[in-house]
Amino acid sequence: MSTTAAGMIFIVSLVLALALVHKPLGDYMHRVYTTPRHTAVERWIYRLLGIRPDTEQSWGVYARGLLAFSLVSVLAVYGIQRLQDKLPLSVGMAPVTDHIAWNTAISFVTNTNWQSYSGESTMGHLTQMGALAVQNFVSAAVGMAVAVALVRGFARSRTEHLGNFWVDLVRGCVRILLPIAFVGAVVLVAAGVIQNFAAPHDIATLAGGHQAITGGPVASQEAIKELGTNGGGFYNANSAHPFENATSWTNWVELFLILLIPFALPRTFGRMVGQVRQGYAILAVMGVLALAGVLLTNAFELSAHATVPQAVGAAMEGKEVRFGVSNSATFGAVTTLTSTGAVNSFHDSYTPFGGMMTMVDMMLGEVAPGGVGAGLYGMLVLAVITVFVAGLMVGRTPEYLGKKIGAREIKLASMYFLVTPALVLIGTAAAMASSVQRASMLNSGPHGLSEVLYAFTSASNNNGSAFAGLTVNTPWWDVALGLCMAFGRFLPIILVLALAGSLARQSPVPASAGTLPTHRPQFVGMVVGVTIVLVALTYLPALALGPIAEGLS
Amino acid sequence: MKRLPSLLRRHLAALRAVAVLTVLLGLVYPVVTTGVAQALFNGHANGSIVDRDDRPVGSALIGQSFTDADGNPIRKYFQSRPSAAGDGYDPTSTGASNLGPDDVVDTLPAHGEEGRQSLLTRVCARSKAIGELEGVSGARPYCTPDGVGAVLKVFPGHAVSVNQACPAKPFVTAYKGLEVECAVPGEDYAAGRTVPIRGDAGPPQVPADAVTASGSGLDPDISVAYADLQAPRVARERGMPLDQVRDLIRSHTTGRALGFMGEPAVNVLELNLALDGK
Repeated sequence: MSTTAAGMIFIVSLVLALALVHKPLGDYMHRVYTTPRHTAVERWIYRLLGIRPDTEQSWGVYARGLLAFSLVSVLAVYGIQRLQDKLPLSVGMAPVTDHIAWNTAISFVTNTNWQSYSGESTMGHLTQMGALAVQNFVSAAVGMAVAVALVRGFARSRTEHLGNFWVDLVRGCVRILLPIAFVGAVVLVAAGVIQNFAAPHDIATLAGGHQAITGGPVASQEAIKELGTNGGGFYNANSAHPFENATSWTNWVELFLILLIPFALPRTFGRMVGQVRQGYAILAVMGVLALAGVLLTNAFELSAHATVPQAVGAAMEGKEVRFGVSNSATFGAVTTLTSTGAVNSFHDSYTPFGGMMTMVDMMLGEVAPGGVGAGLYGMLVLAVITVFVAGLMVGRTPEYLGKKIGAREIKLASMYFLVTPALVLIGTAAAMASSVQRASMLNSGPHGLSEVLYAFTSASNNNGSAFAGLTVNTPWWDVALGLCMAFGRFLPIILVLALAGSLARQSPVPASAGTLPTHRPQFVGMVVGVTIVLVALTYLPALALGPIAEGLS
Repeated sequence: MKRLPSLLRRHLAALRAVAVLTVLLGLVYPVVTTGVAQALFNGHANGSIVDRDDRPVGSALIGQSFTDADGNPIRKYFQSRPSAAGDGYDPTSTGASNLGPDDVVDTLPAHGEEGRQSLLTRVCARSKAIGELEGVSGARPYCTPDGVGAVLKVFPGHAVSVNQACPAKPFVTAYKGLEVECAVPGEDYAAGRTVPIRGDAGPPQVPADAVTASGSGLDPDISVAYADLQAPRVARERGMPLDQVRDLIRSHTTGRALGFMGEPAVNVLELNLALDGK
């Protein structure tokens, strides 16, 4: 079978598997977030937390709880890194440098998992599992909580109540992420992903040299890293490392885990608003954009465009033999379409247009299908903008799911959309304006600009992948990208929760002949169009100077 | 007055939440997973270590260099791919080269400075060296016969073959009527227009994976094509029939999982171990 044919079957098999599970999982998550019953474990956790699980919160209280939790999380992750040499299982690692520890704490709390460090030479086992992997769970659960709160805003009327943040957080972790991650971890170990607490040990190789074989609780972290669309590798090589991604089929499993929750949440959304077809419309938008992203990246990588891939005969630099070009391109597209940022091949060495696609995927705003939770709320904001644009065209008051999109709602949605482009473009401009920061580029010319643009795009969209040639473990980069991650995560979350609060207060508007139906292919096409137009208008000039200039030269 | 207690209460709940979830997700989960993994898949969970004569010689999943102390290939062994992990296949420093697809201009060593090879030159140099080792042509598109990137910097009055340090003979004598000169180390040619020259090399005989560094720097595999290319040399060095070496390659090839996942791959360490066992 040809490489291209096998690669296409690989993509089709993923689509089929996701089509099979999105309904049961979406329905299950609907039950998780709507049932009034608490399990015994959860009741015990709520007692330890000292919270009353049956109290409902307004958007402000919900947001303040979320921010308090994230602040304490940052301090905890920072503290553990700084003290790791005094804690057990440090396997000889020194305390993490202050600016790297700060950047890493924000990075993992914001679900970005940008890594300005190299895992195998920086983090002890306890830091990996007790600080970083914990955030892999809870930052994902926070994303889902925000999405669910926004959906409640659409589903509920004449109320201030959006649910209880602590309950949504704990249920997301305990009922959804933990069981799937456990099964995923065991499956990965079965293929060779390691799971132990050993320190690196030296062995004499066949040729008479020495090699340090590393240890660690890798599988347990790998599973949640993909499932929670986090992406922070146990090792610097991330999912290219054979101990993280041992075989061609673990590669499939990891892609499946990445896409599992983001593609099931539209179903949960449809169930919660009482119209399953609305969920399918959102799913269709995500699916169309995702498929286009995956296929285009495959086409560009398989074409081996540009001088070095032509000399080599294939775009194999930075790619593993067991995955090959096509499955690597698929991984690269999926990891950037979701806010994962795990890599099984190194994007810096992709063909110019293949590399551009990974950037464009992120620039879409991580909505196709986006990170767990974050993808759904981002897509719903785009749907709100779309009905507004459509309303302008025909001169009617826009409404979505029976809620009026008035001045306040559209202001919140517009501000949501403006946050990341502002961070990306201002950040890139600031870095390029300084010769000191420009010196961090490994590559020169347009490709160097691409490295910087990629870094700010990845941080501000909470993705975490990189054109890894860029040297980012300096104080300037750690601080600049740390701020981008924090603002890029929490400003949109506050705006979304405010939007949810304002929607929940409204009385529903009965649908009339003038209501734009939002479950038809026409609406799907409009949302796709609005998404692409917004991205093109915002980022085309920057892309033209980077990857497009490189690809056309 | 009412704000402060609620602010405090909220952060106390947050503190407890972080503590409780850290115990559950950061300790119980990985410890239980480790227990299950060690019980069910002991060998895999501990790194798929392979032994020879009861001594561990590596991990089946982690590639190794099969070179001598000077970095030259040991001729009786199949060779792994180039690696960007540390000095090669160093698990404490994993990663890729991260060099871009149009990284084609070298910085030549000059005035005691080391210089830097572009990705193109690395590819060309590896191809040439492997071609010589295996007794085939190492020629590739965009490569000069002396194994560097065939790249010109074009100026109004002349052109420079930037990767060929003087006194090397430029790979072409003229470009569009302009005389092509060799490059003077230390000279700044940044102002010239970069023109890679494809040349007339046909499809390369040295496969793609042999001339590129992997993403992890620990790739345990090579392509079937690269293994087949090395087979005659290994057979010759070991005095083994070529067919026997080829059979060993086949039996150490992992096909695509379920027929469509990934690419067929030959595990180099296991293949070399099998050869040593014959």
